Amino acid sequence: MIRFENVTKFLGGRPVLNGVTFEVRKGETLVVVGPSGTGKSVTLKHMVRLMTPDEGRVMVGGEVISEAAGERLERLREKFGVLFQGGALLEWLTVGENVALPLREKTDLSEEEIEERVTVNLKLVGLEGDIDKYPSEISGGMRKRVGLARAIVCKPEIILYDEPTSGLDPVSSRTIDQLIDSMRNELGVTSVVVTHDLHSALSIGSRIAMLTGGRIAELAEPAAFVQSSQEEVKLFLESQFITRRGEWERNMP
Amino acid sequence: MITREPRYFPPPQDWRGQIGRQVLTTTRDAGRAMLLLAEAVWCIRHMMARRSRQEILKQMVAGGIKSLGVITVVATFTGMILALQTGIEMRRFGQEVYIGGAVMVSMLREMGPFMTGLILAASVGSAIAAQMGTMVVSEEIAALELMSINPVRFLVMPRLVAMAVMTPLLSFYSCIMGVVGGGVVGMTQLGVPWSAYIDNATRFAENKDLFVGMFKAFLFGIIIVITACHHGFGTTQGAVGVGNATRRTVILSFLAILIVGYFVTRLFYV
Repeated sequence: MIRFENVTKFLGGRPVLNGVTFEVRKGETLVVVGPSGTGKSVTLKHMVRLMTPDEGRVMVGGEVISEAAGERLERLREKFGVLFQGGALLEWLTVGENVALPLREKTDLSEEEIEERVTVNLKLVGLEGDIDKYPSEISGGMRKRVGLARAIVCKPEIILYDEPTSGLDPVSSRTIDQLIDSMRNELGVTSVVVTHDLHSALSIGSRIAMLTGGRIAELAEPAAFVQSSQEEVKLFLESQFITRRGEWERNMP
Repeated sequence: MITREPRYFPPPQDWRGQIGRQVLTTTRDAGRAMLLLAEAVWCIRHMMARRSRQEILKQMVAGGIKSLGVITVVATFTGMILALQTGIEMRRFGQEVYIGGAVMVSMLREMGPFMTGLILAASVGSAIAAQMGTMVVSEEIAALELMSINPVRFLVMPRLVAMAVMTPLLSFYSCIMGVVGGGVVGMTQLGVPWSAYIDNATRFAENKDLFVGMFKAFLFGIIIVITACHHGFGTTQGAVGVGNATRRTVILSFLAILIVGYFVTRLFYV
């Protein structure tokens, strides 16, 4: 579905991604983990061409998105829904208007159809009662759920999540994790999640990729990931108090 | 694409390199601002869409109507100062009755559009730059682009149309307030009757003065919006970047208003 081929990216004169190659398979949830500043969000931005590789290429559904422009890029981006770290909601629009925005701007749907789609999607994220509130009137977790409703309202094939649980309390984090899981199970979408929360990664990921030093140190299913012999992975697991057999197993999909 | 990657170039080695870098950066910025203007003008074909019309009206109120108070005060006092300064000098020759013409021509040709431009650059321009900058920092612009919503059509075009319409209207309003302020000073301080003041004001002013002043104000409106949006969209480094974008917008708008004002005057009157 998405393929990185030998992608290298320099930022501020130093390589953030250094010959990264991996593939996201159709229908899976790939979680990209790693310490801060290792290029997780940069990886995500390459998938939708908010960034362009200095070397290598990024492919989406067989087309090279890293070289696409104009209408072709627009068409490729329509495959994606993106949940940004802070939700990226427009502050002067209500929750309902934010979710309706892509439908109003990009489709010929009638107002009734748009309202129906908005209600269905807000119900999916448990916010049908907050449709008339402004983003400033809701919590951080709710903002992310509104961002998710907006990301899925145009029925994308791929959803990208940038740090979906950062800054949230454990209960809200779990709610977001369950939503990500239900997106895959109910809508069948392909998901890429960037996070540094390994507990979350182990419970929602079909596979987990660990980025460190600008390269993929490990790419494996959760069970194999916690058994990894890579030193960076062991250190990362230990830093989050995850042992090779533990609590996470009960939460695995 | 409005969302741009941060570009890295190694720091220049000596003063020649620094000058060269500055020239290149300034040229690139000017070019980008011109491209932004061209794209916004191209997007005007969408201005009759329902959402665009609503947004244009909203911006007319936010940028124009809400500035009426400050423009009233500044324009009235500008007219009063003009009348007082010219009146005191003209009284030495017994010609104070002519202050109406002096105030009217000064306000229409120069002071009306100039003062309106400065006020709008400081209030509306800085607000637009701060809003665009904050939207860049909080990834709202990136979100719009990923939803295939063109930020230039969605954000810049309505502001451009609103300010291109409102600035000349506000400039005309400031001329009226300036002339009224001058008249009050003429009556109360210089002993010039109201009827003589108005008679003089309308006799000296020509239609050309009004149209050139309105044309200037129209250009100032465009300058303010494009400068603000260009610097707002170029914001980096979070809250500090938003502050820098706002500061640069106000300074560059002031400079552009002064320089463009001079050349328009030269074009029509020399």
